[in-house]
Amino acid sequence: MSDTSITMSAGGGSPEALSFHVAADYHPENGTLLGFWVYLMSDCLIFACLFAAYGVLGREFAGGPTAAEVLELPTVAVNTTLLLLSSITYGFAVLEMQRDRQNPMMVWLAVTGLLGAGFITLELREFAHLISIGAGPQRSAFLSSFFTLVGTHGLHVSSGILWLIVLMVQVSKKGLISANKRRLMCLSMFWHFLDLVWVGVFSFVYLMGVLP
Amino acid sequence: MSAHTESSHGHGEADAHGHDDLGIHATLKGYLTGFVLAAILTIIPFWLVMSGGFEKSSTTALVVLAFAAVQIVVHMIYFLHMNTKSEGGWNMLALVFTIVLVVITLSGSIWIMYHLNSNMMPSQMQDPANLP
Amino acid sequence: MSDHLDLTKLIFGRLTLQELPLHVPIVLGTFVVVMLGAIALLAVITYYRLWGYLWREWFTSIDHKKIGIMYMILGIVMLLRGFSDAIMMRAQQAIAFGDSAGYLPPEHYDQIFTAHGVIMIFFVAMPMVTGMMNFVMPLQIGARDVAFPFLNNFSFWMTVAGAMLVMSSLFIGEFARTGWLAYPPLSDIASSPDAGVDYYIWSLQIAGVGTLLSGINLLVTIVKMRAPGMTLMKMPIFTWTALCTNVLIVAAFPVLTAVLAMLALDRYVGTNFFTTELGGNAMMYVNLIWIWGHPEVYILVLPVFGIFSEVTSTFSRKPLFGYASMVYATVVITVLSYLVWLHHFFTMGSGASVNSFFGITTMIISIPTGAKIFNWLFTMYRGRVAFEVPMMWTVAFMVTFVIGGMTGVMLAVPPADFSLHNSLFLIAHFHNVIIGGVVFGLFAGINYWFPKAFGYKLDPFWGKCSFWFWVVGFYFAFMPLYWLGFMGVTRRLSHFDDPSLQIWFQIAAFGAFLILLGIISMLMQFWVSFRRRHELRDVTGDPWGGRTLEWSTSSPPPQYNFAFTPQVHEGDAWWQMKQHRYRRPTDGFLPIHMPLNTPAGILLGGISFVFGFAMIWYMWPLAALSFIALLAVAIGHTFNYHREYYIPADEVHRVEASRTELLANHV
Repeated sequence: MSDTSITMSAGGGSPEALSFHVAADYHPENGTLLGFWVYLMSDCLIFACLFAAYGVLGREFAGGPTAAEVLELPTVAVNTTLLLLSSITYGFAVLEMQRDRQNPMMVWLAVTGLLGAGFITLELREFAHLISIGAGPQRSAFLSSFFTLVGTHGLHVSSGILWLIVLMVQVSKKGLISANKRRLMCLSMFWHFLDLVWVGVFSFVYLMGVLP
Repeated sequence: MSAHTESSHGHGEADAHGHDDLGIHATLKGYLTGFVLAAILTIIPFWLVMSGGFEKSSTTALVVLAFAAVQIVVHMIYFLHMNTKSEGGWNMLALVFTIVLVVITLSGSIWIMYHLNSNMMPSQMQDPANLP
Repeated sequence: MSDHLDLTKLIFGRLTLQELPLHVPIVLGTFVVVMLGAIALLAVITYYRLWGYLWREWFTSIDHKKIGIMYMILGIVMLLRGFSDAIMMRAQQAIAFGDSAGYLPPEHYDQIFTAHGVIMIFFVAMPMVTGMMNFVMPLQIGARDVAFPFLNNFSFWMTVAGAMLVMSSLFIGEFARTGWLAYPPLSDIASSPDAGVDYYIWSLQIAGVGTLLSGINLLVTIVKMRAPGMTLMKMPIFTWTALCTNVLIVAAFPVLTAVLAMLALDRYVGTNFFTTELGGNAMMYVNLIWIWGHPEVYILVLPVFGIFSEVTSTFSRKPLFGYASMVYATVVITVLSYLVWLHHFFTMGSGASVNSFFGITTMIISIPTGAKIFNWLFTMYRGRVAFEVPMMWTVAFMVTFVIGGMTGVMLAVPPADFSLHNSLFLIAHFHNVIIGGVVFGLFAGINYWFPKAFGYKLDPFWGKCSFWFWVVGFYFAFMPLYWLGFMGVTRRLSHFDDPSLQIWFQIAAFGAFLILLGIISMLMQFWVSFRRRHELRDVTGDPWGGRTLEWSTSSPPPQYNFAFTPQVHEGDAWWQMKQHRYRRPTDGFLPIHMPLNTPAGILLGGISFVFGFAMIWYMWPLAALSFIALLAVAIGHTFNYHREYYIPADEVHRVEASRTELLANHV
């Protein structure tokens, strides 16, 4: 792990045998990936609250449209496909990154971004449609919690796309240096995490929502 | 080249903590396995719900939830490369703690609010539009 | 004309000249005094040409020690504000009986109790706890900085931006009148249409970003940057409590973020989460915010448990009794703190099964806390206890906190809570644990680590004055409140009819006055110690006979903390080094790798303040502009790859040689 060589006498031993400082250059491990993972865990709890709000309020239709009336499963199926595909294309980008092949990696990243953009477009169209038929977030507690939960996920995907673009610029400027690789791995975690949250969204909100 | 380079510390100008240790070693096989499993675990619940589901909707809901739980595990293992060893086990510890808290938050809120509603708002519970 | 009006509205939103407090004499007076003070401060800084120094050495610094100190200064400044609110409330309640309405109109009184709670928790206790962890923890684990030095600076400035927003509500518009947790439906847009609740939301959201990031940062620091040999069970106990605290921060603050975001959506967009119509449920807010709120209590108190442990062990000249049990107790509290939140709203009506579950978990959580008290007592038992000021605070804590803990267990019994809920008994209880626990602990910590931070001890005379005024004042101020609570007096009242109650409020006001003297004594202590700094100088770096690694460095520590990374073999690492007559190396120094300063943090904090202010006053163009600026600066910062530099070995050699000389001249 570290480039230190310490002579440690086992047990108590004689006092002189113990060394109390590292005479060489000492670098602790980099904590970026762990830190980002911890951030994702905290983000997970934001979603947990939104899921809880949906769980409690998701059947409060207040005389307005019900979930079964307004949620369209075919659209969601397409969206789920897009997001799942973008997960695997990001995976391909990571594989290329491991081989230090910058150009193929950039192509896969671009594909990932486009799939993400497609997801966002479909979601915005769904939102616009709902608002146009009078099922906006103000209509009932169900719609408030629906729009907030799905919208927060969409906001995350959008920031992921922005981050992706920034990273592509940075890789093209600096190349695949280790700082950039670390960032790519953070974004990879972020992206897969969003797909994971989406599994919760389509199961808990859409599939369970339309059940009678 | 592997992403793992043991204890070689480049001290470049731009990033002097030049550890190339990115914690994981992804493989094509892993990603493809994850993708196929995730696709199957998505298609089945969609098909189940869109074809009408079981007679009791609570059964369908439980099945959907179970598929979601399995798929989340699949994502964790094949896409997020979770295992008990990454980052000295701290990743796993953080994940387990988070899952416990998510379960507490979700089930606790629903449990509390359900009891609150049944104790304090009996009239609303009989409103047909609000029946589960 | 109407075009002109629209333009004004576009730029200034709903902010008009009427929002300035020109017609409220008390606020106007405060405003004048604050402005004069600010101008004087700026003048002094300019006169002594300190701007460049402050900018280079402090504002843009990513040194964890300096950031820790800045957190403490922020906490103390905000303590003065929060305490003025407190003494105003005590004065009002002492005189507002029968025909006398007191001197505060109800709508002003409501803002004061809200601001008092918000400021004391979010902008006094939180910054001070974070500051302590920031300063002490990296030194204790033998690290040279935290894991993400820039994020540390950024977190601090986000906290400052939140604090500034609360402060500006004093003079521009008003603050929330909803109580410190802003329960809907009172806090929704129909009942509180003014900017007060928006000030509340945005200041907490912005400061919350800082808190969350600093939580992640310190957590990763403890996990990744411990000196070689320091296994988890060899960590100093303060570091252990810091670890658990940061776990709690990372796991609890997202809940606050989410619930405040939902409240903001209700207010800004018109959603129906917590409204009383269209299916909204206000009790869901109460439920969610306490999922954050209860762990928050432990976020505040766990680190001070760590401080007390360090202080007790140092001044008893003994290793901490029951180290392992202390660690397990801390971990158990961390987990259990997520299972008790409903005890804050037993009266909501969730019924017997829910209430008894949470009543029982609440009683269980008092067990590990009790174990800690015994550990401290047994540490003192047969030790040679030196009653220096930090130790005095610790003993006062043990007595006071036990009372607060026991009244807490009383409140944990749901039937008892039904009659005590929202009464002054509750107020007395949580002030008893927060003042008796958190505040006493922070003062113990300040007195204990001050010599490490500044190189001289704090004056003990004024320290003891402050101690006695605070402790006696606390009992005078809050014991009457227990009594009043038993008699059924509820909280947050600005006027009373029953004259027989007045004497108790007067006693409480007297107590608040004693606490005022305590605060003045503390400020005097800082001033006198600064004047006498040459007499009080700590040349050894180890003024108390400490046991943990922070005492192995000089006071104040050099920028790089440790010329060589320590190698740890035992729990009390520095104690063991002293036992083995460890000699500091005097040559063979290597260049040390350190992070570079950056202005990005203060810039982002400043823009966040503007963004928050624009959102509060509906200045949409400004809000959009500042949000874009925020993104641009943040992204721009990621293009900066040159973030670290080396301190040359010569420089390290020079610093270490001057310390060698200092030690030689004084031993």
